[in-house]
Amino acid sequence: MSAPAADAGVADPALQRAHEAGAPAWLAEVRRTGREAFASLPMPGRGDERWRFSDVRSLSLEGFAPAPAPSQEDAARLARGSALTADAAATLIFIDGHCVSRPELPESLRRAGVVFAPVEDVVRDRPELLRGEALRPPALLGGGKLLALQRAWFGSGYVLHVPDGIEIPRPLSVVHWALKDGSAALPHALIHVGARARATVHEWRLAAQPDLRTLSVSATDLHAGPGARVERLSVQNWGSAAQSFEIDTVAAAAGAEVLSVNAAVGARRARLENVVRLEGEGADVKLLGIAVATGEQEFDQRTLQVHAAPGARSDLLFKNALLDRARTVFSGLIKVAPGAQRTDAYQTNRNLLLSPEAEADSLPGLEIEANDVKCSHGATTGQVSPDELFYLLSRGIPLPAAQELLAQGFLEEVLTRIGDAGAAEAVRGMLRAKFHS
Amino acid sequence: MPASLEIRNLCASVGDRPILKNFSLTVPKGEVHAIMGPNGTGKSTLAKVLAGHPDYAVQSGEALVDGETILGLEPDVIARAGLFLAFQYPSEIPGVTIANFIRAALVARQAKGAPFDAKAYYAELYAKMDALKMDRKFTSRFVNEGFSGGEKKRCEILQLMMLRPRYAVLDETDSGLDIDALRIVSEGVNAMRGPDTGFLVITHYQRLLDYIVPDRVHIMWDGRIVHSGGKELALELEEKGYDWVKKELAHA
Ligand SMILES: Nc1ncnc2c1ncn2[C@@H]1O[C@H](COP(=O)(O)OP(=O)(O)O)[C@@H](O)[C@H]1O
Ligand SMILES: [Mg+2]
Repeated sequence: MSAPAADAGVADPALQRAHEAGAPAWLAEVRRTGREAFASLPMPGRGDERWRFSDVRSLSLEGFAPAPAPSQEDAARLARGSALTADAAATLIFIDGHCVSRPELPESLRRAGVVFAPVEDVVRDRPELLRGEALRPPALLGGGKLLALQRAWFGSGYVLHVPDGIEIPRPLSVVHWALKDGSAALPHALIHVGARARATVHEWRLAAQPDLRTLSVSATDLHAGPGARVERLSVQNWGSAAQSFEIDTVAAAAGAEVLSVNAAVGARRARLENVVRLEGEGADVKLLGIAVATGEQEFDQRTLQVHAAPGARSDLLFKNALLDRARTVFSGLIKVAPGAQRTDAYQTNRNLLLSPEAEADSLPGLEIEANDVKCSHGATTGQVSPDELFYLLSRGIPLPAAQELLAQGFLEEVLTRIGDAGAAEAVRGMLRAKFHS
Repeated sequence: MPASLEIRNLCASVGDRPILKNFSLTVPKGEVHAIMGPNGTGKSTLAKVLAGHPDYAVQSGEALVDGETILGLEPDVIARAGLFLAFQYPSEIPGVTIANFIRAALVARQAKGAPFDAKAYYAELYAKMDALKMDRKFTSRFVNEGFSGGEKKRCEILQLMMLRPRYAVLDETDSGLDIDALRIVSEGVNAMRGPDTGFLVITHYQRLLDYIVPDRVHIMWDGRIVHSGGKELALELEEKGYDWVKKELAHA
């Protein structure tokens, strides 16, 4: 891997091509395919329905470059602030995309064949786990160009592989730090939880300084095997000038139970794309989103729930609280395939406006091709209830504190569903801090 | 400085409909006064106007807490000035626990930046919940959400006991309570009686006044007090019914 020149950007084709040199053939192929797709695809434009209501004009990949590995002092300092999952079974730490701390997996899990390691180690030691990467389906929700960029730089991120029947009782934690201004990190996460296996992953995206301007494009593919139980919490708290893109997929086999929670806290603009496929009978996927948007932040949430098998259930709840001139966009579609009878599919987006200048757009949708289904979608956007507000005021609580308390109460419905109480408390703390910035 | 909750010639409306019509009443500190009156006569309106509810417009009159005017102040300022309203229909606050709610109300009464003594707070909260025979698990329940009518009223009295106002207006605290709950709630109020607190107890029925025995009873009709007397007035009213008020007192 050649070190990029200081002024060369992440979008530079020559720099991208240089990244292919010396890689195993299959990996060079993944990168080359990404580079070529990136070159051929247009930047998201105003005419693209999948970017409706997003401020595409301010989207820019200029001025971001992969950063060199951090110093040992920085790595040690940030490692000390990485214990957000208090009872983690193992923790992986990345700084500007570089893995600086490999987890010590408990011996029993290692012997059982569990892999929890950075992509670079898996490329070297277990390349067969990543061979499917060349076949990864394209992004469906508009992030094709960004996903191509991530593929062109393929090499950062981690793999979690849990063999059939193996249960990991405590959460695994992944902490991504942004350290250098202008750095670009493009990690990939491949989470494979085998049949009847069980795992919980927490991902924390954090900034070493509150005002960092960084770029993150991450792609996560989560596969839950038959009867697997998987919980994933992804918390985005980048610096206030950052751009963040998460392009995710979830595939749930028969009887799999998945809980996926996304929290949006930091960044100037953050977009989440999540395509969820219910591929086996009785699969059950819960999707939760939570955000406090302040200042000029834009949080953009695009989801697709695809019911490809009968008798499966998906339930989405995204709640956003908005202050100042912040904006959120939620666009969600439920698709029920012709054979997917006895589908239960729900989608709810609730937005709480705490400022007259904040704006929340909601685009819920249904496409149903089966006749025996229970589906609902709903979106509400409103202010705090005057009755609730008066009740708090009447106890002597001043208006700003009362609004904050009501907003936190509004978000609690999602927070209480995070399985790990310590992680929920950490997210609660980050969201609370946003009312005082 | 007069130590009283004093309401003078208060006229207030909702929309363009007058509800309070020249309402006057003084509750000296240390006393318990009861207001009785039929449904729709404006009792809850009075309570909410005093608490600064934005739905009501005040045309004229005054309301003073220990000589300081409260009309026109923000509701939170009125509360911190020492007036507490136990609501007839308390709101449900999803996602906000009772413990966090009362804590926020107490923090609002502290000097800015002063440390909050959480240990002492919980000790006091638990003691008062024990007195009200509330399960301690209630501290982590969301305020009034899914509560029975009686649980809501107990929660109002818990807040009253924790916030120690100078004057408390209790709006139909007895409605929705069975006899046991009524006794427990009344004991809570009675324990707070003393020279530092004045109570205005609004009720439709005389029953509550068997437990919280008032110093004075006032009969309200069509937006104002039409008759005042000692505690025996409640019994007389119970006996003769509101028709008696209508015939004998309303046009006096
Ligand atoms: N917010 C409101 N909007 C419309 N009408 C109201 C409102 N509050 C009170 N009223 C009306 O004012 C009158 C007095 O109501 P209220 O004060 O609740 O009486 P009470 O408590 O004595 O039963 C009633 O006719 C009621 O319908
Ligand atoms: Mg009433």
